[in-house]
Amino acid sequence: MIITAKGISKSYKRGKGGKGFVQVLSDTDLSIEGGKVYVIYGRSGSGKSTLMNILAGILSPSSGSVSYDGRDIYSLSDRELSALRCLSVGYIPQMHSAVGTLTVRENILLPSAVSEKPVDSARADELIDLLGLTELADVRANVLSGGELRRLSLARALVNSPSVIFADEPTNDLDDECAKLVVQTLHASAQAGAAVVIVTHELFARSDADVVLCMQNSSLVREKG
Amino acid sequence: MSIKKLLLKSITGRPLRSLALLFICAIMSGAVYGGAVVWASLDNGISSLEKRLGADIIVVPKSAGEKTKLEEMLLQGTVGYFYMDKSVSDELDKIDGVEKQSSQYFLVSASSECCSAKVQIIGFDEDTDISVKPWLQNSYSKRLGQNEIIVGSKLTTKVGQIFKLYGVECKAVGKLESTGTGVDTAVYASSDTVKGLIRAAQSKGISVLSKQSPDDVISSVYIKVREGYDIDEVTAKINLDIDGVQAVRTRSMITGTADKLSVLSAGITILIAAVCILSAVIMLVVFTALANERKGEFALLRVIGFSRARLARQVLGEAFVICVIGALAGIAAASAAVFPFGALIEKKADLPMLSPGILSVTGYALIAFSAVCVTGPLASAYSAYRLSRIDTGRILREGDS
Repeated sequence: MIITAKGISKSYKRGKGGKGFVQVLSDTDLSIEGGKVYVIYGRSGSGKSTLMNILAGILSPSSGSVSYDGRDIYSLSDRELSALRCLSVGYIPQMHSAVGTLTVRENILLPSAVSEKPVDSARADELIDLLGLTELADVRANVLSGGELRRLSLARALVNSPSVIFADEPTNDLDDECAKLVVQTLHASAQAGAAVVIVTHELFARSDADVVLCMQNSSLVREKG
Repeated sequence: MSIKKLLLKSITGRPLRSLALLFICAIMSGAVYGGAVVWASLDNGISSLEKRLGADIIVVPKSAGEKTKLEEMLLQGTVGYFYMDKSVSDELDKIDGVEKQSSQYFLVSASSECCSAKVQIIGFDEDTDISVKPWLQNSYSKRLGQNEIIVGSKLTTKVGQIFKLYGVECKAVGKLESTGTGVDTAVYASSDTVKGLIRAAQSKGISVLSKQSPDDVISSVYIKVREGYDIDEVTAKINLDIDGVQAVRTRSMITGTADKLSVLSAGITILIAAVCILSAVIMLVVFTALANERKGEFALLRVIGFSRARLARQVLGEAFVICVIGALAGIAAASAAVFPFGALIEKKADLPMLSPGILSVTGYALIAFSAVCVTGPLASAYSAYRLSRIDTGRILREGDS
């Protein structure tokens, strides 16, 4: 899959008490291909998460377009776009990683419930083993630690074998071993053909990336690849 | 995992929240259903009584005291007897406007004779009767023989059972349908049977009558007024022309009861309205608060692929399931309170109660069920709308732009 972003701009209305708008992204272009790992970094509040959300079909841009294999996703109906997110996009959020009332396994299988695809329990079990969640499979998500939740998020993002994976600070607050496992798993997905977009502060994540992009002054600067 | 399972997990996964909402729904449905059933039972009791009386005027001896005594006998099942000379019947024939008249004989069983408590024995003239026979048709259509008795619905005596009244063997040949009034605890017999019982009582030394023969007395006369005549005028004329009797218009006898019902009915209506409004407000507040609390969860579901419509359906579905369970629980609880404790409510309200039929009860249950199942999802509709339009990305990164 090829994702193309053209002339993306995004401005937010200032919060309560503020006046006017904040320009977060300005006329940004980007092309993402399957089989590669993209790392976007930048200081906090620079707009990297906003860009990722726009690319993932979660946040519509103020102007510009995002296409998946030539199809403008923001011209799709909400139902079509939701189906696209379910089938083609894996998303690892920074916060709110799980539905607390569900077990780890049920959380991982959530995308299968939404899509019309049959539940791939074998794939879920494989990811549970791979990410060291076997003993926690039947435990409710609301008792998991931050690291366990991050691994759960990763498993859920991969369960439908999506074409593109977006990860927002996937190694934040993780110990080295765990962070390494997460990054390795994301790289394995890229090797399997998925496009992987990682938003991170971590330096080590950049070294192995195929493409490194820095968010500066509301625009992307390509540093590598 | 299916969407239905996700919905149920969301409900069972937050037991306290769900139980609190179930409780609110149960209170609302219980109040609507229970209130409606109590109101209908009381209203039925009054209607039944009105029909049961059958006559326009009842004449009793002045010595019977105030009309309340007869009212108590008819409404609350207070037992009693009184007699007046049979000649009253002949005098009533002379009153202009009296179309039909029928005499009745009252007697009270001796303690623990046939039943757990004293029961009212009412003897009626089968040839002239205008108030009892229509109610006996369903239970016993034949002519009552000597010592054959029809028992009220609340008495435990079974049809075919033989028991003794003042030493006389009597046979229960039928059982009346429930009327919700005091007559449910009475037994009915022909006037000859009751006269025989009065004699039997006298032979046992129980002075029911002082010196007269049972053949010379009656207890009350039920009068049907000829069409075109003013019932109040006929009542007044009887009171004026015939000494020692008191004529009471039957409708006036139940006016006090009907007034009481009217006050109670207004109270029940206000209570139901207050509970409904309060429940709706609480539901709105709770669902709105929950929507804020669960923003993150719903943002995650959006990212996973829930469309706005599906997310709204999830929120409304949760509210609907809770409302369905809560409404059913409320109806069940209200049924468990209203039906078995009907007699207690009747006693406390001092009003006759007659449970409505199964169709009416089902209708009230459906109204209560629908009221809750519409209010709950409506209260959550605003939350569903807001949640379906949340800024998913912003919530997932908690303010990091």
